[in-house]
Amino acid sequence: MRTIFDICSPGRIGVSLPESDVPEQQGLPEDLRREDRGGIGLPRASEGQVMRHFINLSSMNYHVDKGMYPLGSCTMKYNPKLHENLARMKGLSDLHPLAPEKEVQGTLELMHHLGELLCEITGFSGVSLQPAAGAQGEFCGIMLIKSYHDSRGESHRNEVLMPDSAHGTNPATSSLADCVVIGVESNEQGLVDPEDLRKKVGPNTAAFMLTNPNTLGLFESHIEELTSIVHEAGGLNYMDGANMNALLGIARPGDMGFDVCHLNLHKTFSTPHGGGGPGSGPVACNDKLAPFLPDPVVRDDDDGVFHLGRSRESFGRLLAFHGHAGVLYRAYAYILTMGAEGLREASEAALINANYLKARLSPYFDNPFDHGPCMHEFVLSGDRQAKEGVKTLDIAKRLLDYGIHAPTVYFPLIVHEALMIEPTETEGLEELDRFVDAMISIAEEVDEKPHLVTDAPVNTPVLRLDEVKAVKDLCLVEPREEGGDEE
Amino acid sequence: MNRFIPDSRANREEMLRTIGVDGFEDLLEPVPEKFRLEGPLELPGPVSELELVRNFEELACRNPASSKPCFIGAGAYDHFIPAAVDHILLRSEFYTAYTPYQAEVSQGTLQAIFEYQTMIARLTGMEMANASMYDGASAAAEACLMAMRVTRRQKVLVAGSINPRWLDVVRTYVRRKDFQLNEIPFLEDGTLDISAAREMAGDDTAAVLVQYPSYFGLIEDLEPLAELAHGNKALLVVAADPVALPLLRSPGDAGADIVVGEGQSMGIPLSFGGPYAGFMAAGKKLARKMPGRIIGRTEDRAGQTGYVMTLQTREQHIRREKATSNICSNQALMALASTVYLSLMGEEGFREVSSQCYHRSHYLEKGLAGIPGVSRVFDKTPFFREFTLSFPVGATEFTSKMLEHGILAGLPLPELGEGVMLITATEKRDRSQLDSYITAASEICGGGAS
Repeated sequence: MRTIFDICSPGRIGVSLPESDVPEQQGLPEDLRREDRGGIGLPRASEGQVMRHFINLSSMNYHVDKGMYPLGSCTMKYNPKLHENLARMKGLSDLHPLAPEKEVQGTLELMHHLGELLCEITGFSGVSLQPAAGAQGEFCGIMLIKSYHDSRGESHRNEVLMPDSAHGTNPATSSLADCVVIGVESNEQGLVDPEDLRKKVGPNTAAFMLTNPNTLGLFESHIEELTSIVHEAGGLNYMDGANMNALLGIARPGDMGFDVCHLNLHKTFSTPHGGGGPGSGPVACNDKLAPFLPDPVVRDDDDGVFHLGRSRESFGRLLAFHGHAGVLYRAYAYILTMGAEGLREASEAALINANYLKARLSPYFDNPFDHGPCMHEFVLSGDRQAKEGVKTLDIAKRLLDYGIHAPTVYFPLIVHEALMIEPTETEGLEELDRFVDAMISIAEEVDEKPHLVTDAPVNTPVLRLDEVKAVKDLCLVEPREEGGDEE
Repeated sequence: MNRFIPDSRANREEMLRTIGVDGFEDLLEPVPEKFRLEGPLELPGPVSELELVRNFEELACRNPASSKPCFIGAGAYDHFIPAAVDHILLRSEFYTAYTPYQAEVSQGTLQAIFEYQTMIARLTGMEMANASMYDGASAAAEACLMAMRVTRRQKVLVAGSINPRWLDVVRTYVRRKDFQLNEIPFLEDGTLDISAAREMAGDDTAAVLVQYPSYFGLIEDLEPLAELAHGNKALLVVAADPVALPLLRSPGDAGADIVVGEGQSMGIPLSFGGPYAGFMAAGKKLARKMPGRIIGRTEDRAGQTGYVMTLQTREQHIRREKATSNICSNQALMALASTVYLSLMGEEGFREVSSQCYHRSHYLEKGLAGIPGVSRVFDKTPFFREFTLSFPVGATEFTSKMLEHGILAGLPLPELGEGVMLITATEKRDRSQLDSYITAASEICGGGAS
C-alpha cells in the first residue's frame, strides 16, 4: 500500500489551529535555527486523507475483536470496551503527572487501591505500579533482589538461575542487571530438575527466576522444594507472572516461596496489547524487598490523604513518571468488574479451554510433555509434520489462511518445532472447535497436499514475506524525494 | 454469568468429559493441595457497567487539576490533540492486535510504525529510528548502554542540566559495577561548562548525554559538545524535545550519534504520566547495536512491498542474555498516535505548534519578569516553551496561591533557589490565560496588576 508520504501535496493540512493572539517575540539566533533545505519532510494531507490512509492500513491487521489469538504465554483475551471509555474520561486522561497531590487525589486513591488488590491476588505486601511492561517488571524484581543482598553485605551475589524453558526476557533482564545467567535443566516431565538446581545454587546465587506455570503450561508441582533450595542457599525467588492467568483465585506466588513477582496487566488483566504495547508490569513483593521499591510508591497518611512517596531504600526509578496510569485505570476496572469469583472463574475457564484443545489436538500432533493435565496453555511439537517436509512455520502461516492467528512458534526452545497454544477464557466452544478443525485440516493437508501448507499464506493481504531480504537490503525509513532535505 | 466468559457451566461439563476428567478439581492435580486457596480472594466487586462508570466518575471528580489551565511541563506537556487521532486509536484493528510477529496479517501496524520511524528520523535529522521505547527517560538510559556497547567504554558524561527524573532512570539502568557517570556542571547562564567537560572526557568516555533544550528550557549549540565527544571517540547522545525540532537546528545536523526523546507531546494525552512513548534514532551503521523492535521494508513471494520486524537477532527472544536490551513490549499504540498526529499536523501545522509554543512562552516570561521582585534565573540564554523565574515568595507558597486562582502554575525548583519555578506555556494557553497568570502572579508578589 502507498505510504502516507505518497499522498502528500503542498498546501494540504489535516488540522486547524487557532491564530496566534500574542505579539511576535524576538526570534531565535540564526545559528540555533533549523536548517531549512526542503523542510522537515512531514506529510501534507487533509484530515480525510489521513483518516482514509490509516483506516486502510487497519484493514490489513488481524486483531482479537476479529478472531482468536491462541498465542502461548501472551494471554490474548478480550479487551472490554467500557474500559477504553473510562481511561479516556475527563479528569483521568488529562492530568499532569506533576500536578500538586491534593489536585489528583482520585487517581492516587485508585493507584493505591489497585496496589492493594494486586497484593491480595499475589499474596504479597509491597507493590510498585511503575514498570512499563513485563520486562521492566523483571528488571525491577532483580534490582530489588540485588538491593536486598547489598543491604546484607552480600553484593557478590550475582548469579541468576533459570530453567532452559525461560522467556528470553529473563536472561536479557539478568544481563541488564549486571548478573550472570546460570541455566537449570528441565527433567523428562518438563519441570525444573531439583537435583540440578541443588547443584547450581551456591554462595553467589542472587535469584532463581521461574515462570509458574512454566512455559510448557505445566505447574511446577515440587515448587516448595525448589524455592526452599534457593532460600537455603541464601538466594531469593522471582516469579515471572506472564502465566498468572492460570492462577487467579486458585493459588498465589506469595504462598509458594516466591519473594517477588511481576504481573502483565496487558495479559492477565485484559488491557489491550495495542499491536505491541503499551503494557504495564507491576511488581509485587514481600516485606523483605518492599523497602527497596523504586520511586514513587503511593501511600496514604492518617488523614486519608494519598501521597507519592519514596521507599526507605529505593533502588531508583524506572520511568520519568509514575507508571502507565492509562493502563492501570483499565486493569482496575477489570478487577472490579470481575470480583474474586469472576477472576477465579476466568482462570478455571482458561484451564478447561486449554485442556480441551490439548485433548482434541493430541491425536494429530506430537505432545512431548503430556503427563497429565496442563494449566492454561500447552505445547505441541510439529516434529511429525517436519518429517514430511512441512515446518511448524508453514503450519503457522497456513492457519492465517484459515482466518485464525497462529500460536506462538519455536518457543519454548526445549521443544522441537514448538507450537505453544493458549486459548484464554474469553473464547467460546465454537471458536475453540473452529481452531481445532483448522489444525486437523492442516494436519491432513500435510499428508495429502503439503504444498498448500508450504506455500501459505495465500489469503492474506500479502504473501509470505522475505525476512532475509529485509536484513540484507536494510530499508528502515522512506527515502526522501528528489530535492528534499538529505540530512 | 460473566459477560467476558462465553462458556456456561453446561458447556464446561461437556468439555471436561472430552478432556476425560470428572470435574474441574482434577485439572488442579499438579497444584499441591497446601497451596490451593480454600476461600475466595478478598476483593471488591463484581460491579456492573453502570456502577463502574459511577465509581470512575466519582474518582475523576476528585482530580480537580483536570479543569485548571496547566503551566506545568518538566517532561510532560499539555498540547492540543486533533480528534482524529483517538478515532484511529479506537480502531479494534490497531488496539486489540498483538505484536506483529505474523507479518502477513499485521501489515497495518507494521507499515504505520515504518512511517513513524521515518517521521522520527526526519525530525531528528538521523538516518533511522526504532519502533519506540517505554518513555524518553528509559530511551536515554538505553542510549547510554548502547554507547557503552558501541565504544566498549564505561564512562558517560551527563549534562547537569538534564531532567533530574531522567537522570535517576539513567543511574538506575546503568548501576553496574564498572560503570561511571559524571555530571557536567552548568554555568551561570545555564549553558554547559564545556571546558570542565573537556577535563572530564578521556579515552574511557563512551558518551556525552545532553538534553536539548535543557530541563530549564534553555537552548545551546550542540556543536561544541559533538566536537568534544568525537574528539574522544565517544558518542554524542541528544535527548531532544520533538516540538522544538521544527525550529531548532536538528541534532543530526549538529553531529549527534544517537537522538532520543519523549514523544508524549506528539498526540499522546497527559494521562498522569503514561503510557507515553520514547523514541530513539541513530545513524544506519548503529542499527545493529540498537535496542528494541525495528521495522524494515521487504517483499513478499510475489514481489509486492511489505513490512516485517527486522534485525531480530539483536532481541531478547533470539539472543537471550546477549541481547541489546531486555525490552519486549514497547509503546506501539502510542507511536501510532504520534504517527497520526504528525500526519494531521503535517509540515506546516507542526511548525505552527512549535512557533506558538515559542511565542506564547516568551510572552508569559516577559510579562512575569516585569513584575517587581521577579527575576530571571538564566538571563540572556534563549529558551523554548519552558523557562525558570525566581519569585519573591517561596515557590511552594506561590504554587498554592496560584491554585487559589485556579491555575497550575508550574513546578517549584528548590535546587535553583527558594522562589524558583519552572513554567511552561504550550499552544493551548491562550492570551487570556497568559494574562490571568501574570495578573495573579503580580498580586501574589505584592504588586497589583503590572
